[in-house]
Amino acid sequence: MYNLLIGGAAGQGVDTTAAILERLIKQSGCGVFTMRDLMSRIRGGHNFSRIRFGAGAPRCHSESLDGIIALNEETIAIHRENLRPGGFILCDSAIKTDDEFAIKLDMAAIAQELGNARVAGSVAVGAALKLFGIPMSTEEAYSIFRKSVKEEHVDINVKAAQAGYNAVPQKFEHTAGEASDQMLVSGNQTLAMGALTAGVQFYSAYPMSPSTSIMEYLAAKSGEAGIVVEQAEDEIAGINMALGASYAGARAMTGTSGGGFSLKVEALGFAGMAELPLVVANVQRPGPSTGLPTRTEQSDLKFVISASQGEIPRMVIALRHHEDAFYQTVRAFNMAEKYQIPVILLSDQYLADSTATIPVLDPRRIALYQPEEGPAGDYARYRFTENGISPRKLPGMSKDLVAADSDEHDEYGHIAEGSEMRTRMMNKRMGKMALLEEELLEPEVLGDSAPEVLLLGWGSMYGPLEEAVELLNQKGGKRYGALVFGDIWPLPQKLLKKMAPSAKHLIHVEQNYTGQLAALISEVTGIKTDAGILRYDGRQLSGEEIADRIAKEGF
Amino acid sequence: MGQYEFNTYETAWCPGCGNLGILSSLKNTLEELDLNPQDVLVVGGIGQAAKMPQYIRTNSFCGLHGRGESAAVAAKIANQKLTVILHTGDGDGYGEGGNHFIHNLRRNIDIAHFIHNNQVYGLTKGQASPTADEGAVTGVQVDGSINIPFNPLLMAIAGGAGFVARSFSGRPQHLEEMMKRAILFKGYAMVDILQPCVSFNKVNTFSWYNKRVYELDDSHDAGNRLLAMERAMEFGERIPIGVLYEKEQPTYHEKHRSLREGQILAMRRNDLALVDKYMQEMI
Ligand SMILES: Cc1ncc(C[n+]2csc(CCOP(=O)(O)OP(=O)(O)O)c2C)c(N)n1
Repeated sequence: MYNLLIGGAAGQGVDTTAAILERLIKQSGCGVFTMRDLMSRIRGGHNFSRIRFGAGAPRCHSESLDGIIALNEETIAIHRENLRPGGFILCDSAIKTDDEFAIKLDMAAIAQELGNARVAGSVAVGAALKLFGIPMSTEEAYSIFRKSVKEEHVDINVKAAQAGYNAVPQKFEHTAGEASDQMLVSGNQTLAMGALTAGVQFYSAYPMSPSTSIMEYLAAKSGEAGIVVEQAEDEIAGINMALGASYAGARAMTGTSGGGFSLKVEALGFAGMAELPLVVANVQRPGPSTGLPTRTEQSDLKFVISASQGEIPRMVIALRHHEDAFYQTVRAFNMAEKYQIPVILLSDQYLADSTATIPVLDPRRIALYQPEEGPAGDYARYRFTENGISPRKLPGMSKDLVAADSDEHDEYGHIAEGSEMRTRMMNKRMGKMALLEEELLEPEVLGDSAPEVLLLGWGSMYGPLEEAVELLNQKGGKRYGALVFGDIWPLPQKLLKKMAPSAKHLIHVEQNYTGQLAALISEVTGIKTDAGILRYDGRQLSGEEIADRIAKEGF
Repeated sequence: MGQYEFNTYETAWCPGCGNLGILSSLKNTLEELDLNPQDVLVVGGIGQAAKMPQYIRTNSFCGLHGRGESAAVAAKIANQKLTVILHTGDGDGYGEGGNHFIHNLRRNIDIAHFIHNNQVYGLTKGQASPTADEGAVTGVQVDGSINIPFNPLLMAIAGGAGFVARSFSGRPQHLEEMMKRAILFKGYAMVDILQPCVSFNKVNTFSWYNKRVYELDDSHDAGNRLLAMERAMEFGERIPIGVLYEKEQPTYHEKHRSLREGQILAMRRNDLALVDKYMQEMI
């Protein structure tokens, strides 16, 4: 597996260069995982992307680098220490460095000669491919540049890439895998595709990094798909609009990050009270307050499982990787509609913005929930039933009148304050959770299934944990395994209760300060962890770092 | 009167409350328009005024304080066959929901918005609302409100609304005429309804309003935005009631690619062949 970093200032085209490179690499058959590290600014600062690729399928990023494309000097200063001996630093000759691994190329001059100084990045693209021994066919180059630059600039960019390709010698051996006919997608894109598959008709949200690209993807498809994407005036409008649309019968969703989620909290409770199906994505970034807008964290877990005054039935699904984001989003719509509850999808910047190669997703794998027809006769929206789920009708679709009420209410949705009605309605709503718990998905086991050291994680820690367990088990000696939670509220307990007693050590691995999963597990099951591997600087733990820290702490 | 009955229920309002008149006017209007209860959706936020959906036999949506405004327009987006009528108080509509009010003006979605304006927070027992008179003394504004009263009609005209009217709960015939025109109007239509609060506003009473309101006649050109703004600024010794501004303009639905042919989003699913295509785009 190789690891290539492209770094530069915001505005220098780091992201575009990375997007073109990762496609060309993928087209050669390599599996790809690209992690984006962006600063929250439009110009200046330091941005970089790390493209990890190889014959296998990388599931997370890695710190140690085989190559660096430095669009400025700062990139070298910051990342040089991670370069493996024998690696390369590809940069323009104008960049001041006497590094032994530097490969200087007159990129600006080549670009200028071709007629446009701005295609220097494409010279670097071609050169990097050659250094890694990756073939670049003219045809492939054309088709990929066509996707990322304006038609009139395609030709010159391809020529620039070819010039770069011819200007350097090959340095590494290329081993292709099977990824060329796979998809290369970001976590927010698979989430959005899941929503489309699930039949989302209405998405209303207020822009907030790192959730905005969900709205952008859906908006781009909205005309063709015939759906409505509404940019609301604030997050409160975003969720209340989604609830109005849901009430009227459209599959509806809203999405945001922690700050916006905070504003949506009252309406989340309303969804629970009024029994309106709703999917809410919270793509986490480091808080509190505005925090680190473009970075990653897993610190909203305890917040979203209890957000709302009062008590409501809800489900929280943590998205673990790109495929998971797709299938769990489809499932979230089904669960929301079946149980008439809000379902929260908990993602984060690491998953949302990173791109990965995955097998083509199957939009027919999960059947869409078909609501059951209720009994004929007198209709009451909040009819008491055995399992607490009242047959849901839609306004204007039959002669029956449909209510939604945020006050406590009777079966017809009329305000009710009596003690008995209140108690029965609470029991009805909260009682739905018992049925839901029967369909929970247990966490996924990685590595050894009866390990001595059991690592516990959730959401996007999936990829790093998969690699960490693999590295630890390769060393021989102790057996390591991990449980990675997707369904996280209500907390599935069966596997955990089965595996925990035989493990000597339980270690939680999370991207937060307090160990929120560990606290939740302890609260729900009484099972306590022995130690935590935590990180909360806005940068995701890599598999290598987890393995190192486990070894250092003597587990 | 039409063939349908929009029965009303026993309310929790005070005897003499302006809301009672508004409720009966709404019922009369819906019957007169010969609408079918199943095709009508009455939405409210929270407050005494916003309890309207509880008291009339239609589809009903009682949302959150200030947020009925968001739910109402989205319900209309999801199913444009519904006749959507939004009732809010002045606190609900202009205070807590003020941001949504402003942006609903810009959206121009075909709903009718009736604001029961009693210049006070009734449900929470009498604090100043955004429309409270300067100097209004309440349990919170103990020395009298020092804020400039919000002018909803001026705001609505400036914000882009196509139908801006005022009425008074004490003039049922006038009110029903305004309600009818607002419901029939294509686009967002707002009627600010002056309404005495018998319990918590001892200044702006029935007779206070009754003495001041006068009906706009043909001499007012409702198609002229500047003149309408001028009228909207008249509030004090004399208060104009009637349609201050009326001008049809393309609605959200007419402009939206996914709605302009009358599409209903409710119960709709997406074409999976399209999703297949989107997958291919990523290869
Ligand atoms: C988030 C929130 N804040 C405050 C309240 C309390 N509250 C309910 S209604 C209301 C004001 C009502 O005033 P208005 O909308 O003018 O309606 P009225 O009762 O006068 O008809 C307030 C402050 C609430 N229910 N929810």
